Amino acid sequence: MIQFVFIAFMVLTLASALVVLLTKNVLYAAFSLLGTFLGVSALYVLAGADFLAVAQILVYVGGVLVLLIFGVMLTNQQGNKSRGRNDITTESSNRVLGVFVMLGFSATLLYTFGRARFLTIQDSLFEAVEPTSTTQTIGVELMTNYVLPFEVSGVLLMAVLIGAAYLSTKTKN
Amino acid sequence: MLSEFGYILLFIITAIVFTAVILFVAKLLRPNRPNVEKLTTYESGEEPDGNANVRFNIRFYVIALLFVLFDLELVFLFPWATVFGNETLNNSTDGLWGWFAIVEMFIFVGILILGLAYAWIKGHLDWVRPEVQEPQFKSPVPISKYEAINKKYS
Repeated sequence: MIQFVFIAFMVLTLASALVVLLTKNVLYAAFSLLGTFLGVSALYVLAGADFLAVAQILVYVGGVLVLLIFGVMLTNQQGNKSRGRNDITTESSNRVLGVFVMLGFSATLLYTFGRARFLTIQDSLFEAVEPTSTTQTIGVELMTNYVLPFEVSGVLLMAVLIGAAYLSTKTKN
Repeated sequence: MLSEFGYILLFIITAIVFTAVILFVAKLLRPNRPNVEKLTTYESGEEPDGNANVRFNIRFYVIALLFVLFDLELVFLFPWATVFGNETLNNSTDGLWGWFAIVEMFIFVGILILGLAYAWIKGHLDWVRPEVQEPQFKSPVPISKYEAINKKYS
């Protein structure tokens, strides 16, 4: 049962990622990115990282994707008026560079997988281990061992906030 | 934990199946006689005019950015909230755990609120208003004459 769910969500992730790659319409790409994010968060759940999955939905689907679609809505689409169409399409498709980036990522991933030792799950790869909730562990760790990085990330978020607000007002003059 | 997420999966499946069944049944039942008037975009009874794909105010982007930042803060708040009132931790540290956790979280939220207050005071969050172009027209007739006419015929 679990492996069918896993395969279904994997297909969802890969198919919508392919649509992001292949479509020329920016809005279609943004919306199919939603499918990718949802599929990835489901895969997180199946990997036992429940908090990460909820954070993925909260931040990526709820925040970053909204930002992306805002970016599409803020785009001036004067160039497409002549065809009488409403869509925004990309002209650039850097195929060669894309292949190089893909090869680089694949090499890194293969290297990482090669170095990882899957001893405990080797014989039961698709047998689901019943994982426990990780949220409380994360909370305790955040307040004890990682309390300084936690506060430093607060400072980082503040810097991002001020930077974003500053950059977006510069267009006024 | 996985079985609890199974309920969420059931909800997702139910939503998809329910929508599909309702749409299919509606297609079977409804009469299908479209005409031009029926197929126009309905917008509060107004005749739609121009392109729907207009450019939005850039200010919405800043609001969305701020939303993402506070969303991230919320992600940190969640695991903290589950352990902040933990009784075993509180009892074993003589209540010090709760105070430590709440002070740390107040510092974290306070830093971000400081940033927000700074951006607010500096006017980075002000709404960009469209410039109103006032007509430049000098009438040879003084304004008092117009007022006299208005008073006469009112």
